[in-house]
Amino acid sequence: MSSSRRSTIIVEHLRKQQMWDSISKGKRLDGRALDEIRPIEIEVGLIKKANGSARVKLGNSEVVAGVKVETGEPFEGLENKGALILSAEVLPTASPYIEPGPPDEETVELARVVDRGIRESEMLDLSKLALIPGEIVYVIFVDCSVINADGNLFDATSYAAVSALMNSKLPVFEIRDRKAVDTGEKQNPPLTTVPVSITAVRIGESVILDPTAEEEACMDARITITTNSDHNFAAVQKGSTGAFAVEQLKRAAATARIKGEEIRAKLRESTKAGK
Amino acid sequence: MTQTRSLIDENGKRTDGRTGDQLREIKITVGVIKNADGSAFIEFGMNKIVVGVYGPREVHPKHMALPDRCVLRCRYHMTPFSTDTRKNPAPSRREVEISKVMREALEPSLMLEDYPRAAIDVYVEVLQADGGSRCAGITAASVALADAGINMRDIVSACAAGKVDDRIVLDINDTEDKEGDADMPVAYMSHLEQVTLLQLDGVLNEDQFDQCLDEAVKGCKMVYEVQRKALMQKYFGNETELKEEQ
Repeated sequence: MSSSRRSTIIVEHLRKQQMWDSISKGKRLDGRALDEIRPIEIEVGLIKKANGSARVKLGNSEVVAGVKVETGEPFEGLENKGALILSAEVLPTASPYIEPGPPDEETVELARVVDRGIRESEMLDLSKLALIPGEIVYVIFVDCSVINADGNLFDATSYAAVSALMNSKLPVFEIRDRKAVDTGEKQNPPLTTVPVSITAVRIGESVILDPTAEEEACMDARITITTNSDHNFAAVQKGSTGAFAVEQLKRAAATARIKGEEIRAKLRESTKAGK
Repeated sequence: MTQTRSLIDENGKRTDGRTGDQLREIKITVGVIKNADGSAFIEFGMNKIVVGVYGPREVHPKHMALPDRCVLRCRYHMTPFSTDTRKNPAPSRREVEISKVMREALEPSLMLEDYPRAAIDVYVEVLQADGGSRCAGITAASVALADAGINMRDIVSACAAGKVDDRIVLDINDTEDKEGDADMPVAYMSHLEQVTLLQLDGVLNEDQFDQCLDEAVKGCKMVYEVQRKALMQKYFGNETELKEEQ
């Protein structure tokens, strides 16, 4: 059951007031402009045991993602396609407010929103990943672990998952006696586009990009927008307990296209992948 | 989502005979659960959803209570017989997410600060699922909250728009959801002109995005009229028409 909750971090009233004053003047408490994204650091291939991996730092938020490839049965209704399974976990290392245990609704939403961006943009051409249609297909696991949480986990996790996939090499499987056998060779994944997630939050009447944990504790509403390489929209998710005016949403969408392109260039550069 | 067949015929009619800007038939009945403080039953196309609201009432467990406002709890649940293949009754990740976005879609409309230390529970039970059950659920939940007499700023109305055969159409049905190109569920407060839920899956270009959002908001306004009539019917009965004229 979904329940209203206390904000995870407590921001003092004075600090909140200071944040509002500052934002209304077009500057944030950490000195950033309203539409400025924190510095991004991307390292790929750090996990040798994985088929692809990435570590992304977005300001102080840090996520490690790993790709593991197996074979298995296709999903029902998607018999001719490979299976993509994305998970996300906020580790207890990530903040004093996180405790070990089954994922709470925020973590379930995080995984589903990141998954939606990758799936709906058709970043991976899953139709190229069926071995025996209806029976044996590639199963691509993308597992994301948040190791430090300082806001905007949606974008940080999405960049990590996308970078790990761009960095990945898939094992080549061959069918022998209706069984999948690893040939020991490697291939590039069938990538078609680079989805980029951009999250904006509304604080009072201002909309700011890439919120820190402190800003998220003061936000009224959140919107996460994923665009693909053609600058089209592939996934959107509004979150938090406030609302947006239609015009604010359209403006946020336009911003997501422009900022998305900057991040996309960065992801390509850091992973040295085409498309 | 890959398109396998044409979903709009040469006359512009959709798989269920509707035009692009037409909603499915909506019927809302208020006060269907005697024991609940507020309730509503909605038939939205083939969707059949019952919503029960309990509260404001004491919070259990007590530590969940908030000192300055009411706790809103929301559960979206599908009965095992609501879908083509039986749905496991245990809550799925999809239901966990929908429960959350539903609560966040309803919360801006409620004056939760009026009921500190209390809880309001909203139970949304999908008896039969067609496309757009989250929108139908939010629509019915808002009516049930009004029926429970909770202080509200506005009614929340929800409706999806989407892209089918490269056209933007209103109120995506099950087939269009599965075989179409994009689905955008929206919840909207008509008087405050605020969007409280927005999701999208599927690819839209910039113009289509704006058009889809505008179309969905238009749909929400149509849904609002049905909600208002259903509430009027319950509380004014046969006098409803008289009130309408005034």
